[in-house]
Amino acid sequence: MLRDERVFLMGEDIADPFGSAYKVTLGLSPEFGTDRVRQTPISELGFVGAGVGAALTGMRPVVELMYIDFSMLAMDQIVNQAAKIRYMSGGQAEVPLVIRTQGGLGRSSAAHHAQSLEAWFVHLPGMLVAMPSTPYDAKGLLKTAIRLNDPVMFIEHKLLYNTEGPVPEEEYTIPFGVADVKREGTDCTVVATSMTVLKALQAAEMLKKEGISVEVVDPRTLFPLDIETIIQSVRKTSRLIVAHESPERGGFAAEVIAQIADKAFGYIDAPIQRVCAPSVPTPFARHLEDFITADETKIADRVRSLVRGEI
Amino acid sequence: MSDEIKEGPPEDLTREQLLGMYRRMRLIRGFENRAKEHFEAGEIAGFLHLSQGQEAVPVGTCTALRQDDYITSTHRGHGDVIAKGCDVKYMFAELYGRTTGYCKGKGGSMHIADFSQGIIGATGIVGGSVPTAPGIALSIKMRGTDQVVACFFGDGATAGGGFHEALNLSSLWQVPIIFVCQNNLYALSHPWEKTAYKCELSYRVSTYNIPAECVDGMDALAVYRAARKAVDRARAGGGPSFIEAKTYRFLGHYVGDPGLYMPPEEREAWRKRDAILKLGRQLRAWGCLTEEEDAQIAADVDAELEGAIAFAQSSPLPPPEDALTDVYVHFDYLGNPLDEGEQR
Ligand SMILES: Cc1ncc(C[n+]2csc(CCOP(=O)(O)OP(=O)(O)O)c2C)c(N)n1
Ligand SMILES: [Mg+2]
Repeated sequence: MLRDERVFLMGEDIADPFGSAYKVTLGLSPEFGTDRVRQTPISELGFVGAGVGAALTGMRPVVELMYIDFSMLAMDQIVNQAAKIRYMSGGQAEVPLVIRTQGGLGRSSAAHHAQSLEAWFVHLPGMLVAMPSTPYDAKGLLKTAIRLNDPVMFIEHKLLYNTEGPVPEEEYTIPFGVADVKREGTDCTVVATSMTVLKALQAAEMLKKEGISVEVVDPRTLFPLDIETIIQSVRKTSRLIVAHESPERGGFAAEVIAQIADKAFGYIDAPIQRVCAPSVPTPFARHLEDFITADETKIADRVRSLVRGEI
Repeated sequence: MSDEIKEGPPEDLTREQLLGMYRRMRLIRGFENRAKEHFEAGEIAGFLHLSQGQEAVPVGTCTALRQDDYITSTHRGHGDVIAKGCDVKYMFAELYGRTTGYCKGKGGSMHIADFSQGIIGATGIVGGSVPTAPGIALSIKMRGTDQVVACFFGDGATAGGGFHEALNLSSLWQVPIIFVCQNNLYALSHPWEKTAYKCELSYRVSTYNIPAECVDGMDALAVYRAARKAVDRARAGGGPSFIEAKTYRFLGHYVGDPGLYMPPEEREAWRKRDAILKLGRQLRAWGCLTEEEDAQIAADVDAELEGAIAFAQSSPLPPPEDALTDVYVHFDYLGNPLDEGEQR
């Protein structure tokens, strides 16, 4: 916002003293004023649509959907307008819009406040999708998202707001479409997204004690997807598991696996596996939610079985 | 004699009904106080949106409803569903995530439903049930019964597109619906005066040709009178009505929000207008309630809540595999057909 006057924020409860539901905009309204940190009534369709309109005509809006679960109210503007207008105008339009939101399990929030809907947006031609897992990636990817001229769904995770990690004060950006190998290993590749990256890393740590070496690949952007890095990884490990929080059926894992089946079939020596939520809405009770969560134990169990040839 | 007492009790309510309203309001307040305690003690998970201060609105409205009428509610719905008849026992069990809860631990505080009493459910999506409610009213009309539906929502929901579509369709179809806006002056941290530009809600609604009334939401009997009129009109085939009840949320948006955006003087002023105290004063002045009866009601409510919490705490947790049930009627979550006996 300091660098580019065209950047402004719009969304619900983003101004101080509340500073957004997860405090991600706290302190910005006093610094930049309520014109540029523009708090709206509960009008998701209205303010996302306004973001599209502003983006089409020279501004660079970052609109905040408090929960990705509320994206449904704005779906027409996201799907039919933001993602398609460039194509349908024969390349005339640019839509430098960032839709910043969060999702995910882990707080007993039930099925209206805990969904992981990234696969819908990956399926949507014209939309870019980022899902950072570390504070470092979050900063670098968000800067890139704001500077790109295509619409971006920028999906954070409610539990990651409480994690810590090194973040340089100085300027840096992370390009879209470049995966990050979060841990190197030789026996099995685990591709994971968002919060599940942390769980995959924990699983890898657990398995290390058992002599199993796991490589964890974080795509960071789901589209564009850096399939090359994943191919290089399975070439080394010959085993692949894709893990995420969202329901298994039609999820992001299916896309990764289809591409690997297509492009790297010869490298794979064991059945490719998914560790995802079962395809049910998110239950409220804590232990029911835990039961459906793709956690470190479930990931470790699957890796172990795969490496031991039990699957 | 103050105005609140001068006007006298509504002629169409018996002493028992008046005392019932008073007891319900105290039960709601007590339920939420206890829920807050146990939430803060870490026994209840998720979100907890409390409606302290707003009790008069659901109780006034539901007093005009029959058991077979419907309501829809919101994330701040404890009061609405208790007013319509929910048993605090099964509500606490739901908050505790137990099998005995209204939704078997799948819904939690924001999603309590009891279809057997027309409580079609609360929703975590602001304005989520507003477009649904006209469909309930349409179904009533098509089935030819004389039921009605009361649709509760907050001031925040009036900014959504679904709100306007629901008003328009209800008016177009002339269906038996009562929209009840619980205007507590805030949508989370967002103040009511920044929701629409210098425009009265009743004016906006009236442009859809729906009779709209603004009432004091801190006055249970004023809400009742407005609801009575609206319900009678709906049952008689007179179509939709709209009630805006001006009320206040004594606490923050949810437990954990200190409500820094609510000026302390404002909070203090509204607390002085507490609807429970007001109804208590009225009932005593009208000779409907003695000090002893008042104390007895308080003790009964406490005992009921105590029992409800004990019931919840001693109820079993659902087995983890329960997470996989109730997704479809005819299929399991993987799409395998269910036998009749397995269908729930
Ligand atoms: C569609 C949608 N947008 C945003 C939210 C987040 N949110 C939950 S409650 C709330 C405020 C609702 O205000 P109001 O309708 O006045 O009801 P109140 O909380 O005052 O009872 C907000 C913004 C949500 N749950 N759903
Ligand atoms: Mg409100």
